[in-house]
Amino acid sequence: MEPILEVNNISKEYILGRRVRGSETFRELFQRKLAAPFRRNPVAELDIRREHFWALRDVSFSVQEGEVLGIIGRNGAGKSTLLKIISRITDPTTGSIRLRGRLASLLEVGTGFHPELTGRENIFMNGAILGMKRAEISREFDAIVDFAEIEKFLDTPVKHYSSGMYVRLAFAVAAHLHPEILVVDEVLAVGDVTFQKKCLGKMGDVSKSGRTVLFVSHNMAAVENLCQRGVVLERGKVVFDGTAKDGVKHYLSGISSAPGATGHSVDLSRAKDRRSQQAQLLKRIQFSTDGGRDLTEGLSIGSALKVRVHFELHRPTASFNVGLGFDNIFGQRIFTASSFFEPKRSHGEVVGPQVFVCDIPSLTLMPGDYSLRLWLDVNNSEADLINDAARITVLESDYYGSGKSPWNGAFVLPHNWYLEPAAKTDASEERPGVLTAKL
Amino acid sequence: MSTFDLKIRPKSGWQPLDLPEAFLYRELLGFLIWRDIKIRYRQTALGGLWAVLQPLIAMTIFTFVFHRLAGVHSDGPPYPLFAFAGLTPWTFFATAVNQSSNSLISNQQLVSKVYFPRIFIPLGAVGALLLDMLLSILLLLGLMIFYGWALTWAVLWLPLFMLAAIVSASGIGLMLSALNVNFRDVKYAVPFLIQMGLFVTPVIYPASYLSSKWRYVLALNPMAGVVEGFRHALLGSPIHWNSTAISLGIGALLFVAGLLVFRRLEARFADVI
Repeated sequence: MEPILEVNNISKEYILGRRVRGSETFRELFQRKLAAPFRRNPVAELDIRREHFWALRDVSFSVQEGEVLGIIGRNGAGKSTLLKIISRITDPTTGSIRLRGRLASLLEVGTGFHPELTGRENIFMNGAILGMKRAEISREFDAIVDFAEIEKFLDTPVKHYSSGMYVRLAFAVAAHLHPEILVVDEVLAVGDVTFQKKCLGKMGDVSKSGRTVLFVSHNMAAVENLCQRGVVLERGKVVFDGTAKDGVKHYLSGISSAPGATGHSVDLSRAKDRRSQQAQLLKRIQFSTDGGRDLTEGLSIGSALKVRVHFELHRPTASFNVGLGFDNIFGQRIFTASSFFEPKRSHGEVVGPQVFVCDIPSLTLMPGDYSLRLWLDVNNSEADLINDAARITVLESDYYGSGKSPWNGAFVLPHNWYLEPAAKTDASEERPGVLTAKL
Repeated sequence: MSTFDLKIRPKSGWQPLDLPEAFLYRELLGFLIWRDIKIRYRQTALGGLWAVLQPLIAMTIFTFVFHRLAGVHSDGPPYPLFAFAGLTPWTFFATAVNQSSNSLISNQQLVSKVYFPRIFIPLGAVGALLLDMLLSILLLLGLMIFYGWALTWAVLWLPLFMLAAIVSASGIGLMLSALNVNFRDVKYAVPFLIQMGLFVTPVIYPASYLSSKWRYVLALNPMAGVVEGFRHALLGSPIHWNSTAISLGIGALLFVAGLLVFRRLEARFADVI
C-alpha cells in the first residue's frame, strides 16, 4: 500500500541575518563618521557573511495509514521545524512531501483563541481555524464541552478562565478533530496531571481508532505507550528509525554517551551549539565540589558544586549577568542559577577577562545527567549563549543517610517523617472518604 | 483512504492564487469576519454606535470648518449630505487599509502555528468593516429624509461602487500587510499616508472644482472614483464617467498587484514574522 505520508529529503535552511551594524548606537555612528567619514563600519564588514543554519538536513521517512509515529530529539534537533513543514506553515528549502490524507496539526494549545470571546464562541472559532466545518463543530459541540468540563462557563469570555480551564477547552476542541493524519506537538506538557492523563487517554483512543498520528513529546513514557514507531532526530538529521521502544532507548543512550564536554575544565571555544551576538565572550567553565576538589567523575546528591565561568568584557560595565540552566535528559529545565538574582553584588565597572563564581552549597538534583546551558548578558541583552556547554553527572548516593538511594522525582529536599503521639490524633480525626481532592 | 493528494515542495517566485483551496476554507473567512466584528466593540459603552458616530462627527466638523469657515461648496446637495456621502466610503477605506495592513502582525500566532490560506487574514479585516459601511449608508438615507433630498435611479450603481471600495481597500491592504511582516515601517507610515490621502480624494471638496486635466490626475487615486460614485449613486450628483472608470480600473489593478505581492511573500511569513 502507498504510504499516507512520504517525506523525501527535506532540508530547511534559516538565514540568521542579524547584522551587527544595528547594534551601533546613533551616537557611535556619528562619532565614527566624524573621525573617518568614508570608512565603513569595521564590525559590519566582518559580519557581512550571514550565518546559515540548517534546521533540517535530508530528512526522509514515510508513514503508513494507521501508524502512530513518535518523533524524538533534544531541543533544537529540528522536531518543530519538521512538523511546521508537514503542516505547511513554512516551506522546505529543498525536498518534497507527499500527503495522501487530510491533515490537521496541533502545534500549540488554543491557537486563535481570543480572550474577549466566550467559551462557546472560541470553540467555533478554534474549530474553524483547525480546519473543521461549522456543521462538524456543531455535531461535536456537546462532546467538546463535556470533555473540557466547562459547561457552567460556556458564555463567559475566556479571559476570565483559569489557566487550567483554558487549556482544557483548547485541548478538547483539538481532541475532537477527525483528520486522517493528526500532528501533535508537545501540547500535553501543559495543564494539571489529572488532565494530562485524560489527554493521553484520548490520544490513545485516537491512535487505536486507526488514525495516523505524528506525535512529538519529551515524555518518553508517553511516546513508548502511544507510538509503534519512533524516529530520532539529532541536529536536523534522522539518526534512528525503528520501533518506539528502541527509539527511546537510542535517544536516551545517545544523550549519556554524547561526546559532550565533561571533566573539571571545559574549553568553550570548541562549543558546537553557540549563539554569539558579537564575539565569543564565554571562554571556559570549571567545576569543583566538596573541599575544592576538581570535579572529574560526577558528584553525589547534595554535595557542593562550585562553577567558575571565565569570560571577557570588551567594554567597562557593571551591568552583566551570567546564567546557568540545568536541563535533564528530556530537555526540561530543572533549575536555573543566574547572577541576576544575586542580592549582594558589590563590584563596580569592570573590563577584560573575568571569572564569575557560582557557589551552590548543596546540589540536590536526582541522580542522572544534566546538560548545562550557559549564557552571558551584557547591559540586559544576550551577548553570548552556549547550549549544552557542559554535562554534570549526579551519582546515586545515600542522601538521606538511610542506606538507600532515592529513585523517584526530579530533586531531593531535606525532610523528616515522624509519628504524632497517639493522644493528639482524636481531635483532628477526619472521616475517611469525605475529603476529596478538588481539581 | 481518501482521494486527497497533496505535494509540498519549495516555493519561490510568483505564485498563482489557489482558488480551490480558498473555496475549501471559505467558512473560515466567515468566522474571521465574525470574530473581528464581535471583538471590535466588546467592552465599549456605545458599542456599534461607534460605527456611525465617527463619520457623523467628522461630517459636523467638516461642515463647520470647510463649508462655513473656508467656504467650500458642494456640487448640488446640502454640504452635510455631500460630506457624509463622501465620508462613508472614505472612512471604510481608511479603517480597512489600516486594520488589514496590521492584520498579519496582530495575528502572528495564527501565521506561525497553523495553516490556512493566509490571504484570509487581511481580507477578513476588510470584510469585518462592511457592516460599518452598511450602517453608515443607512444613516445617510436617514439624513437624506431629514434634509428632504430624494434618491434617484442612480442608486442602482451603488453595489458597483461598494465593490470598488472593497477591491481598492483589499488590494492595498494585501500589499501592505505582506510588506509589514518584513518592514514594520509600514505600521508607522500607514496612518500618515491615510491622513494625506484624505486631501487627494474629493471628500471635502467636489471633484468639479478641478479642471478636466487635473481630474484625470485625480483619477489615479482609486478612491476618487469610489467617492464620486457614492455621491452619484446616493445623492444623484453629476459624475464624470471617464475619470471614474479610470479610477476604478486602477483600483482593480492595485488589487491584482496586491494579490501578487502577497502570494510572492507568503512563503516566508512564518519564518520572518
